[in-house]
Amino acid sequence: MLEHYLSLGVKSIFIENMALAFFLGMCPFLSCSKKVDTAIGLGVAVIFVQTMTLPLNTLVYNYLLREGALAWLHPSLATVDLSFLNFLSFIGSIAASVQLVEMFLDRYVPKLYSALGIFLPLITVNCIVLAGSLFMVERDLTFGESVVFGFGSGAGWALAVLALAAIREKMRYSNVPAGLRGLGITFITAGLMAIGFMAFSGIQL
Amino acid sequence: MPVLGKKEKEVLFHPVFDNNPIGLQVLGVCSSLAVTTKLETAITMSIALTTVTALSSFFISFIRERIPPTIRIIAQMTIIASLVIITDQVLKAFVYDISKQLSVFVGLIITNCIVMGRAEGFAMQNPPKLSFLDGIGNGLGYSTVLLTLATVRELLGSGKLLGHQVLPLVTEGGWYVPNGLMLLSPAAFFIIGMLIWALRTWKPEQVGSED
Repeated sequence: MLEHYLSLGVKSIFIENMALAFFLGMCPFLSCSKKVDTAIGLGVAVIFVQTMTLPLNTLVYNYLLREGALAWLHPSLATVDLSFLNFLSFIGSIAASVQLVEMFLDRYVPKLYSALGIFLPLITVNCIVLAGSLFMVERDLTFGESVVFGFGSGAGWALAVLALAAIREKMRYSNVPAGLRGLGITFITAGLMAIGFMAFSGIQL
Repeated sequence: MPVLGKKEKEVLFHPVFDNNPIGLQVLGVCSSLAVTTKLETAITMSIALTTVTALSSFFISFIRERIPPTIRIIAQMTIIASLVIITDQVLKAFVYDISKQLSVFVGLIITNCIVMGRAEGFAMQNPPKLSFLDGIGNGLGYSTVLLTLATVRELLGSGKLLGHQVLPLVTEGGWYVPNGLMLLSPAAFFIIGMLIWALRTWKPEQVGSED
């Protein structure tokens, strides 16, 4: 059992890296990777939110939305299929839980709160959070699996953004052709990183 | 009097090359990379995104004076999410195979920054008709990049366009050796990087600051 969770974790961090294999969370991946400090803050925030919201959405999906999910409420509701509402309810629960996390941190761990700063609310619209939940539906993950997958996919994304930020800090000293400066070279760097991460795809789990 | 005035025309065509949402504003990149291994999915995605952007801008602009500023994000999200649900259901009903291939990316239109960005940055200040055109314009800008990417990737990666064999493959007695890298994720990054390079060489005023 532990082995299964472990392999799911490794798979979601390295092999199916959210940023480099699925192109998710690209906007902050490209725009917040100019400095390593920012990248660390954002990465931690993403891991945090992802680990929180994915299990929550698993519960929402399995006990409220999927076909027959409402049977626990009343037997006559066993045929109700609300799964078409999943986008709306996922984004709602993500927005709500991000807000809750923010208030909780502000009250009890102010240090972490000020470190994460503006990144927390921004994460609501980061595609990887919503994508995590949609992958959960598509792959039919259980509650335990969704905790691992949430943490793993968040950590994978954080790893990628951190690496890109480190490369970009170094790249400031190199002579890049005018038209390629900024966005263009960042894309090409990300492409090279994606090739690097493809080396992991040979791992048999 | 023509249907489109000068301002309308500018709003509609400006985002295609001069202010491209992907090339210049770095918005909505996620989906543009993942759905472009085939032209077919790219076309479907472009249509879906353009529709959602245009309609969401239209509706949000319609009620922009009634949305209290404190909850505007939630209000915009609700409108966008509802439109995406409709789009998703339509795709499932009429082009089921493609909708299966697009998998989670239709749902991800909700968090696509283009939609949100146009709603927040344009529709909240402008009347419905202009916002609608602005949505279409940005959708077109996005589609241009998407279709270019998909054409290059499908043609070089599998020698096909829209599923028809254009370059005869070596394995089938032709001469073209397909470039498998084109179908993998790194190629998407490279091509979009090159595309931005080309765009900025053509229009040098878009060159980004050194960072």
